[in-house]
Amino acid sequence: MIDKVVAGAEQAVKDIPNKATLMLGGFGLCGIPENCIQALLKTGVKGLTCISNNAGVDDFGIGLLLKTKQVKKMISSYVGENSEFERQLLSGELEVDLIPQGTLAERIRAGGAGIPAFYTPAGVGTEVADGKEMRDFEGKPHLLEHWLRADYALVKAWKGDTSGNLIYKGTARNFNPMMATAGKITIAEVEELVSVGELDPNHIHTPGIFVQRIFQGKDYEKRIEQRTITN
Amino acid sequence: MLDKTGIAKRIAKEVRDGMYINLGIGIPTLVANFIPAHLNVVLQSENGLLGIGPFPKEAEVDADLINAGKQTITMMPGSALFSSADSFAMIRGGHVDLTILGAMEVSENGDIANWKVPGKMVKGMGGAMDLVASAKHIIVAMQHCSRDGASKLLKTCTLPITGIKCVTKIVSDLAVLDILPQGGFKLLERAPGVSVAEIKNATAGKLIVEGEIPEMVL
Repeated sequence: MIDKVVAGAEQAVKDIPNKATLMLGGFGLCGIPENCIQALLKTGVKGLTCISNNAGVDDFGIGLLLKTKQVKKMISSYVGENSEFERQLLSGELEVDLIPQGTLAERIRAGGAGIPAFYTPAGVGTEVADGKEMRDFEGKPHLLEHWLRADYALVKAWKGDTSGNLIYKGTARNFNPMMATAGKITIAEVEELVSVGELDPNHIHTPGIFVQRIFQGKDYEKRIEQRTITN
Repeated sequence: MLDKTGIAKRIAKEVRDGMYINLGIGIPTLVANFIPAHLNVVLQSENGLLGIGPFPKEAEVDADLINAGKQTITMMPGSALFSSADSFAMIRGGHVDLTILGAMEVSENGDIANWKVPGKMVKGMGGAMDLVASAKHIIVAMQHCSRDGASKLLKTCTLPITGIKCVTKIVSDLAVLDILPQGGFKLLERAPGVSVAEIKNATAGKLIVEGEIPEMVL
């Protein structure tokens, strides 16, 4: 099998240039590529367009890249947990494109699947529909939405093998599988990197064809935004 | 008049055996606490889980298992995990039987506004626009009036719209109302201690009152 292993996060992201378009997996802080984000802080790459469901919090996730002003534009569905984000948005430093979550997921899926556009009912009658083609199907209006693709997709999985096959855990899967398909170069960081043959092919979520680089991450913090418990 | 728990309790009475249900953030999340134990229902979390269980005990907390409100959760036996694309295939494809969500305003033809207040922080719509565009049955949990007493059940929404002609039922702190296909809020039940006159005063959109309106039973 093809070996896609790189030594670590810094090697994996070192060629990401200024003004690159990135996809970053995760829902809130769950399933985010923590190691790649830390490595981007070190390379100091600037002018990034980040496609991610959320924008992290002030001191974790994509919020770290906002604080260092490495992000030019966010494409997200919900950005409510981040005061630095709010400040940059109101001051005009940051561009933001807000997209319904299902449309965001499907635009990424379409990008990876080679489907340039599709129609969806989400957003009809709202400001999301402004400037978009509308078409009725079975008497119901739908909006034309275009695919999303990225120069680099940064995804986080639970287990992966050296050929890039990935398995996710719990709700940390979220946007990661679609993003893995939609990056020209997909970088996967995993909690446990194993040899080819150790993962059951029946259980693979992302086949290795979609992954160009893989490494075993370290020091995962996996911060919890709303620790809610029952007594 | 109902508090948030009361609204959640009343909405729980709309749940039927065999339903797949998406609960929004806030009061809708509380509904799960009041679904009768003999009903077999499955709660969907838009971030990729069918079968949301109770909040975990301290020892069970798993950072890789959260709901759409980013709260730690557990999974019921028989749960399924999936991607965000699959999750919204369930939602957009009409496979979810009941959607319960909050609102800032609802209009008499069923439009809903719940994602943006111009001039204030814009947080984004999350999955709300996808949910309201495709759900078969949408119940809104909301306060009937704003803190300064202005009605939130309107002829037309003043805030940016999340979706059009989609809400089928409202449970507020004052009343239960259906939104009729031809338009209008049809009053079904009064909250305990609330009169029809009070509900009329609090409803700016077209209110339809026919016959005796019973007080709701919780």
